Amino acid sequence: MTVPVAWDENLANELINERSGLEGAMLPILHALQEKFGYVDSRAVAIVANTLNVSRAEVFGTISFYHDFKRQPPLGRTIKLCRAEACQARGAEELAAHLEKSEGVQIDGGYHNGVRVETAFCLGNCALGPNALFDGELFGKLDPQSLRELFAAASRKAGARQ
Amino acid sequence: MSIRVYIPRDAAALSVGAEAVAEAFRREAAARGQTVEIIRNGSRGMLWLEPLVEVETAQGRIAYGPVSARDVASLLESGALQGGDHALRLGPTDQLDWMKRQQRLTFERIGVIDPLSLSDYCAHGGLKGLKAALTMAPADVVEQVRLSGLRGRGGAGFPAGIKWKTVHDAAADRKYVVCNADEGDSGTFADRMIFEGDPFMLIEGMAIAAYAVGAAKGFIYLRSEYPHAATAMESAIRSAEKAGWIGRDAFGKGRNFDLELRIGAGAYICGEETSLLESLEGKRGLVRAKPPLPALSGLFGKPTLINNVLTLAAVPYILAEGAKSYADFGMGRSRGTLPVQLGGNVLHGGLIELAFGISLREIIEGFGGGTASGRPIRAVQVGGPLGAYLAEKELDMPMDYETLAANRAMLGHGGIVVFDDTVDMAKMARFAFHFCAKESCGKCTPCRIGATRGEETVDKIIAGTNVEANIAIVRDLCDVMTAGSLCAHGGLTPMPVLSAIDRFPEDFIPAERKTAAE
Repeated sequence: MTVPVAWDENLANELINERSGLEGAMLPILHALQEKFGYVDSRAVAIVANTLNVSRAEVFGTISFYHDFKRQPPLGRTIKLCRAEACQARGAEELAAHLEKSEGVQIDGGYHNGVRVETAFCLGNCALGPNALFDGELFGKLDPQSLRELFAAASRKAGARQ
Repeated sequence: MSIRVYIPRDAAALSVGAEAVAEAFRREAAARGQTVEIIRNGSRGMLWLEPLVEVETAQGRIAYGPVSARDVASLLESGALQGGDHALRLGPTDQLDWMKRQQRLTFERIGVIDPLSLSDYCAHGGLKGLKAALTMAPADVVEQVRLSGLRGRGGAGFPAGIKWKTVHDAAADRKYVVCNADEGDSGTFADRMIFEGDPFMLIEGMAIAAYAVGAAKGFIYLRSEYPHAATAMESAIRSAEKAGWIGRDAFGKGRNFDLELRIGAGAYICGEETSLLESLEGKRGLVRAKPPLPALSGLFGKPTLINNVLTLAAVPYILAEGAKSYADFGMGRSRGTLPVQLGGNVLHGGLIELAFGISLREIIEGFGGGTASGRPIRAVQVGGPLGAYLAEKELDMPMDYETLAANRAMLGHGGIVVFDDTVDMAKMARFAFHFCAKESCGKCTPCRIGATRGEETVDKIIAGTNVEANIAIVRDLCDVMTAGSLCAHGGLTPMPVLSAIDRFPEDFIPAERKTAAE
């Protein structure tokens, strides 16, 4: 994963213009902004709207619809923890409760030691759950210990960046 | 001569350490002065054995697994590179019971070939379907798909040939082919395995579809939770373009076919086809009212063929081997094979491709070996989060579209999730509403409001408040959602809820809940 950079209007313009010719360019543009800056800055809304000739409401509407697009700069790293049925059948809820207790983290809450743990519904590894996705890597067969280790590793990565 | 070693790059294998195993093989072999060629294949689908390492020998490919990085030195010491004996040796891969008992058509190459090698693909029968299609008139290709009996594998089970014919017959200056790879259902991973294990097959299927219906542009809409699948598919699209079987003049006579991979943004609802089209257009993923059908007015208002990954992936085989050869598999109106995905609390989970008609019990007990926890099976959810929960005593039911529908259940995308006797079905019913509320697009009231009210009402049932009256309210709510929702998201959420109430009533009665808790 690339390290997000601070908001830069020229850079944003460049990312947007590179993709403005695509059919249905909105999602590719928003993904590019999110990837570069770690979120979609509100200042990008007007630029995207002008470039694609749509209203700012439509751009904002799209950003706010999708779980992946964040509207605030990240304060650390995010672990996606699967809590869908197949992982539940393999103890994901007990695991989530354990993590909240042992690390004092609140799932889907704020950052804790530089890490936010977010609920995901299915990471496509349903025979080897419980699963988590971090930094583009999938972690299967999680147990309390390996999840704590993943959390600690994520926390170190978050610290290393700041 | 270097020895070929296969170590999967499938995300499931990576999730349990396949990368470290590959690294260890490189390091340990080099330290012993042995040259190995490591091929990163897809997964054979025996997920409990991952990372599954295979060594190519004169006797065929010998499997070892599950291998961890610290096993590698001892594997090499015991001559694993020659297929030597070891505690982890499973035998020739093709002879393993799990593999022998399947009828793999779509998954034939997966785990066998190097997924990103076009020459490997062609050496194993790839591209035969597209080549055959290009010698036929587009209408004849559509007819082959119709004759094969192939039905949409995304969940609805609509006959693919009819959809193809509708798009083929529609007159327009521009048409699209869209692949729905927004595989969001819990318990399903077949699409992901295809992306990571045989991406060219999907590209070939889409090219055949584009040629048949007269589309010049294709989109693959992949969910963002599958980063490994995205990387593999990007690379495969570039190779296919270079080789000239997609891109400019792909079908000869100046007929182009451009293919683009698009990534979703974490909205489950975008697996619903009209919501997916809205999302591709760059909008909120709000479900559209039908009609008009996407086949007539789909992406950007143009005729659009939208099919699931498994549907399109079945097409190259049908064109290569003929419609009849595919239709010979299966039963009744469910023709061909179904890639079953077995997950949840099961001892041996993974991918099983079989003709329609095998019973759930044969899959869960015969292939799966029962629960992973060793406790008795209590409930099985078939067909994803909107599929019904079945009780253990119903497992002799054969898996096909009609039988499941007759039992108020559905096949969906072919995912099976197993639960042992510790499951609390009231909680699962609550979760079904919770999931529906979280992922609702919000366009229609029964789904947007109904799911939230449903969750609150199940909470009251769990708390033991006016249980009978509240169950009546949930049933009433389910009626409204089933009849009044715009799409299957709200329309099918009642299926898991009501199946839990009807098949496991004891979990909803306060006295018994209390005893169970003690």
